[in-house]
Amino acid sequence: MPYRLHLMVCAGTGCVSNHALELRDALSAELAKRGLGKEIEVVTTGCNGFCGVGPILLVQPDGIFYQKVQVKDVPLLVEEHLVKGRPVKSLMFTPPEAKEPVPKMRDIPFFGKQMLVALRNRGMIDPEKIEDYIARGGYQALAKALTTMTPKQIIEEIKASGLRGRGGGGFPTGIKWETCVHAHSDDGVRYLVCNADEGDPGAFMDRSIIEGDPHSVIEGMVIGAYAIGAHQGYIYVRHEYPLALRRFTIALDQAREYGLLGKDILGTGFDFDIEVHRGAGAFVCGESTALMASIEGRVGEPRAKYIHTVEVGLYNKPTVLNNVETFANVPVIIERGAKWFAAIGTEHSKGTKVFSLAGRVKNTGLVEVPMGLSLRELIFDIGGGIADDGEFKAVQTGGPSGGFIPEDLLDLPVDYEKLYEAGSMMGSGGVVVMDETSCMVDVARFFVDFLQSESCGKCTPCREGIKALHGILSRICDGKGSEADLAMLEELCSVIADTSLCALGGSAPNPVLTSIRYFRSEYEAHIQGKCPAGVCRALITFRINDKCTGCHLCFKACPTSAVLGEPKQMHTIIQEKCIKCGACYDVCKFDAVTKE
Amino acid sequence: MAKLTISELQKLREKLAQERQTREGNARGQIIIHMGTCGIAAGARKVMTALLEAMDKQNVRDVIVNTSGCAGMCSKEPMATVQMAQQAPVKYISLNEEKIVRILNEHVLKGSVVKEYALAMGSERVG
Repeated sequence: MPYRLHLMVCAGTGCVSNHALELRDALSAELAKRGLGKEIEVVTTGCNGFCGVGPILLVQPDGIFYQKVQVKDVPLLVEEHLVKGRPVKSLMFTPPEAKEPVPKMRDIPFFGKQMLVALRNRGMIDPEKIEDYIARGGYQALAKALTTMTPKQIIEEIKASGLRGRGGGGFPTGIKWETCVHAHSDDGVRYLVCNADEGDPGAFMDRSIIEGDPHSVIEGMVIGAYAIGAHQGYIYVRHEYPLALRRFTIALDQAREYGLLGKDILGTGFDFDIEVHRGAGAFVCGESTALMASIEGRVGEPRAKYIHTVEVGLYNKPTVLNNVETFANVPVIIERGAKWFAAIGTEHSKGTKVFSLAGRVKNTGLVEVPMGLSLRELIFDIGGGIADDGEFKAVQTGGPSGGFIPEDLLDLPVDYEKLYEAGSMMGSGGVVVMDETSCMVDVARFFVDFLQSESCGKCTPCREGIKALHGILSRICDGKGSEADLAMLEELCSVIADTSLCALGGSAPNPVLTSIRYFRSEYEAHIQGKCPAGVCRALITFRINDKCTGCHLCFKACPTSAVLGEPKQMHTIIQEKCIKCGACYDVCKFDAVTKE
Repeated sequence: MAKLTISELQKLREKLAQERQTREGNARGQIIIHMGTCGIAAGARKVMTALLEAMDKQNVRDVIVNTSGCAGMCSKEPMATVQMAQQAPVKYISLNEEKIVRILNEHVLKGSVVKEYALAMGSERVG
């Protein structure tokens, strides 16, 4: 019997951790119980993108979008929607500005402004079934490339499309491929490597693409290999991505079985295979030379790049290294043409970009938007604005070594050059939004702390310099900073940026420099003994005012017995005992505890 | 699975895409079986099964079959609404297994409304 309805259950890592697989099994069991198993299909899909409201269930062909679906909702959902055709309002999503729930996915503003290229199959396929990918036109671009185009034509097409590296650097992909072809190799061996070592805290673009549509990456890699004449490829995936690893491995096996990978691909005589290399989760291994050293079995440390890896890379052979999202774009460009792709975006940044929207926004998740969209549209239209109706303070783009962008630059378009000019970068696409509860000095210290521990230690400016940055920032957060510290920070930053061996050190100063550039007043306040956001413990004092009713809650909550007072009498805090944990502030129902 | 050639890949794609048409929402039209308590009591479930079996036998993959609640004429159940693209919906009343298959073959697949089972063209106004 043909399936009349399809239940697309999101099984990205976010939804899985919210029990999406149990939900899927409960749906299948309930359908079987009602005798509907043969007419209604349950499909396990990759990340839908709207991670903040998972587990997500999309009913096709109706396009009805259900959010936060629990196992206990299943009997009602099956009875009402699937048997009687009455969609269940209580499980629908209500956008922050709306009063009524919105039934259809396409009408939800979060999805409305997005444009899916790299994520073209998002939520519509089972990533563990190659048949689903082929049904949506998968491997057609590969067939076209292998039979109707020469390697040179493919490179020209990619060059004309304006595709640039989506991993952070933004180097034009076609030029990289062309350079690799022209690079000398004694025995003609060239390698193609996919970088899936996504290490930025709060970033999950590459993971979601591999989890949701692994074949799009494989297809892009095979086309790339044909273009540069490589017969062996690698994908470097971090071991912390078990689901991505599993789905990619399944996809590789299926592609080999169908003759889309391995010897004599599609009967054209072209050979190419991909080996999975698991990374141990070092941030520096996202850097090309360190990544290749790691694949070779050496310590994952970068080297100086007087000679680029595209000329002398993996095993000293010319090597093309591209990011997951870059490869996922390639089949679409081959199929729809460079002209189509180049029509999307800005003058120098073409196509779309996938972002993981995180931090203090209402709608967190994975989004793909055309280049040139403003940060304001990204955060307020798609992201739905600031969580708990707070006030926007800053947005960090480009991961831990990206800069902070303040409110008056929110109309900045998403574009490699524009973000760089503002002191930040595109990076791989992490977007972390901060509101007035974030202290910019503290946040800068947080990211510098991360970079300090991820520095491989090979070159002195990065190893010692970032540590020194961290020391100064900690001093300022502790209220022991001076005016001279600011000048010192700026000087150190310029030395680190100029003299570090690789991009880890080179970009590490970004969070410090941009926080000084746009939020200097916060640094000055700290030096004068105040933390405006009330975050830095050394600079805040908790007090109890006369609104206190003597409810005794804070007395019970205080872990150090710093609160004194009898029930129904006004309480006080003994400052010497207070560890500034804020427990009293959080439990007080009468606004009687103040933070200064 | 034997290794594919280019032409086999094209054929496989067409077959797989056809099987998944309703998942994408691509369809020439939609048949809605009214499945309120009254509809189910009058035999709507049998009508639905007969319809799906007929579609399977004839390999019809581009028609969406959906359910909805009571249409408000409980005495005329089982009922169905046929909604073809760019056309006014047609409501059919007092259906059984044979009638729904005839509606599939004549109205949905060939475009001619089965007048003897039809109640009316169009839908009631909402609001």
